Amino acid sequence: MNRHMQYLASQAAAGKLSRRDFLGKAAALGFTAVSANLLLSTAAKAAGPQKGGTIRLGLQGGSTTDSLDPALVTNTVGLMVTRLWGEPLVELSDDGGIEGKLAESYEASADAKTWTFKLRSGVTYSNGQNVTSEDVVKTMERHSGEDTKSGALGIMRGIKDVRADGDSVVFELDSPNADLPYLLADYHLIIQPNGGNDDPAAAIGTGPYIMKSADMGVRFVAEKNPNYWGDLGNADTVEIIVINDDTARVAALQSGQVDVIDRVPPRTAKLVERAPNITVHSTSAAGHYVFIMHCNTAPFDNNDVRMALKYGINRQEMVDKILNGYGTVGNDTPINASYPMYTELEQRQFDPDKAMHHLKKAGHNGSILLRTSDNSFPGAPDASALFQQSLSSAGIQLDVKREPNDGYWSEVWNAKPFCTSYWGGRPTQDQMFTTAYLSTADWNDTRFNNEQFDQMLVAARGELDVAKRTQMYADMSTILRDEGGLICPMFNDFVEATTDNVEGFVEGIPGQVLMNGYAASKMWVKA
Amino acid sequence: MSPIVKLLAQRISLSLLLLLLISVVIFAGTIVLPGDVAQSILGQSATPEALANLRAELGVNDPPVQRYFAWLFGAMQGDLGTALTSGQDIAQALSSRIGNTLFLAFWAAVVAVPLAIFLGLLAVRFKDRWPDKLISAVTLASISIPEFLIGYVLMYFIAVKMRWAPSVAMINDSMSLLEKLHSIALPVAVLTLVVLAHMMRMTRAAILNVMQSAYIETAELKGLNAFQVIYRHAFPNAIAPIVNVVMINLAYLVVGVVVIEVVFVYPGMGQYLVDHVSKRDVPVVQACGLIFAAVYIALNMFADIVAILSNPRLRHPK
Repeated sequence: MNRHMQYLASQAAAGKLSRRDFLGKAAALGFTAVSANLLLSTAAKAAGPQKGGTIRLGLQGGSTTDSLDPALVTNTVGLMVTRLWGEPLVELSDDGGIEGKLAESYEASADAKTWTFKLRSGVTYSNGQNVTSEDVVKTMERHSGEDTKSGALGIMRGIKDVRADGDSVVFELDSPNADLPYLLADYHLIIQPNGGNDDPAAAIGTGPYIMKSADMGVRFVAEKNPNYWGDLGNADTVEIIVINDDTARVAALQSGQVDVIDRVPPRTAKLVERAPNITVHSTSAAGHYVFIMHCNTAPFDNNDVRMALKYGINRQEMVDKILNGYGTVGNDTPINASYPMYTELEQRQFDPDKAMHHLKKAGHNGSILLRTSDNSFPGAPDASALFQQSLSSAGIQLDVKREPNDGYWSEVWNAKPFCTSYWGGRPTQDQMFTTAYLSTADWNDTRFNNEQFDQMLVAARGELDVAKRTQMYADMSTILRDEGGLICPMFNDFVEATTDNVEGFVEGIPGQVLMNGYAASKMWVKA
Repeated sequence: MSPIVKLLAQRISLSLLLLLLISVVIFAGTIVLPGDVAQSILGQSATPEALANLRAELGVNDPPVQRYFAWLFGAMQGDLGTALTSGQDIAQALSSRIGNTLFLAFWAAVVAVPLAIFLGLLAVRFKDRWPDKLISAVTLASISIPEFLIGYVLMYFIAVKMRWAPSVAMINDSMSLLEKLHSIALPVAVLTLVVLAHMMRMTRAAILNVMQSAYIETAELKGLNAFQVIYRHAFPNAIAPIVNVVMINLAYLVVGVVVIEVVFVYPGMGQYLVDHVSKRDVPVVQACGLIFAAVYIALNMFADIVAILSNPRLRHPK
């Protein structure tokens, strides 16, 4: 799908591009946005959504230590539950643009520093209270206070001030940011009464469902919100069961105890699909599995060593053997076609000769130590062994050290100079780069320090000309690919499965897992 | 005081002493665990001030001895503290989990214990003939296969293929007892298979041992049939070792079913403990450790007492 086109569409929707300009550009690109969208949903919507029944989801990633407080959500189960009872101001639309949720519309000042979001009128919380602009301000404050534990704190940092203005909310930014709507679509930023300050885990929101029971890490039940303003929510009841064991999750689907599961293990996905009543869905996504080197630590402070390792990895083999084909090859940048304003760069191939050449040029002798663990990504130790083999054909000796899962994220990742890890995607380039590749980023896990890159990142943020911005992001990806400490062999797909009790699953929706987390309210039970 | 009461008092106080010692070990163990609790709660982006505040709030700065006694007195009054991760009261959160774990263990025991003893008696009756060999072969095979594999195999055939019982053993308060039993049918079956062999073999061995005694020969000569001999003369004398092994297996059903809970998504204590270990939620880990230790000690004490009461030589020591 053409993300550039989708971005244009979102700009048009946001009023930054006139409808005429938008249609003109679409035609110039030969793009058929309408037909693409139709294609996606024709099959599913042929019969039209049915009302009623219960949709049951078996999901991985919940824990008894979770909380219903949206600020503390860290996993898929938390995301799916939050999507049931709550809503953010705006949301990623199915074509990668932005659509209004609690905000009906929004506009930016010419310098992209002041943004005004107009609230939808007459929306009530599940406790009957009206949604006010004051609630939105309080919500934003709760997620950005100095002592907040919110997962959205990072993206709230650039916001200088939030104030209510009648039925609108005005955001003042430190510096121009054309991506603010994408940031506010973050799943932590659920609008709660009084900002959730009274009881953050009360699960009172404006979503299509109302929580009936919540047993953390075990089971959640929600019923249709009769006063929901929009058209989401087909089933009367949604039941989410936490099934962390892969085999048990697949068995629950096969035995008809749940209708939808996430994270089908790639190794068995083909076997699961053989069952006549089960469909496996694969959605290419922005998440990626990586090998990360600290650019400021010997021997990785020498770019030739980094290049040697980048040429010494066989990306296609990794996709075939580690992801069993459920993924795409990476190109040593965290950006792929899932992002708006994506430009394809020349694909780096496995080339032992070049790897050997770069290593010789670096004058490095001896072996290189790579640390890995099972939980750094599924199959990480196997991927490390494959890397070891492909490097040895280039005459480079890689030692693999297996670290315990426990403590990997505090002791090894972002601490040791070379290790395996993974990244979930972000909705925009700006967010991805700001989170992990800006020299001052907290999570700069490659210790990448490039002044030119930093300057371009800030400049691109305030650039409202899409073509210029696209070019800037392409240049930044090129810098990362050729100088960065990131070896990105593969982007992993979301592999999910449904039974034929339910309909309406749409593949390829950008964002998070399971139709960006809306599978429960957009799918329906077959009558 | 009669010698039996004295013996019982002695046993019970010894068990309490043991539990006290274990509480020291649990507390010391969780203190020497690597990793800072405050750091693991706040995560990587924590500021030094926030860490210091949280440490003070958690009382991590107090001397360990003082913390131990505070914790111990709390636990004795049923106050197990609050979970660091969710801020919930541990005793309250644990009570439903313990209830679920005991529910599963109880029904597994109701099936497994009589079945094991009956099969043991049957094996003795047909010693060295085909029923004995068949029973031994089947139960030994089921104890040798890892329990999660038995779980997966049953899940595949009974839940996925036949659809007789659900593969997800989810129970909640709104279900009737029958619905609950249907829901836990598979885990009960797996647990039964896992603990059956141990108890069955012990029953068989203990009774065979007794069967070689002179009084059994007398009973046979008296004209009793084989089952009556076993039931009235051999079994009472073999009861101590059998109760012992039954109790060990009951304890296993309570504290050792983490794997089964994960495989069948059963909301018991095991999953609760594992989730909190990985989050370094020390108070919960301590509370679970204490409860597991108490269950083990209590069941073993019970076995000891039964052994004493069933044996006149122990009942009336010289």
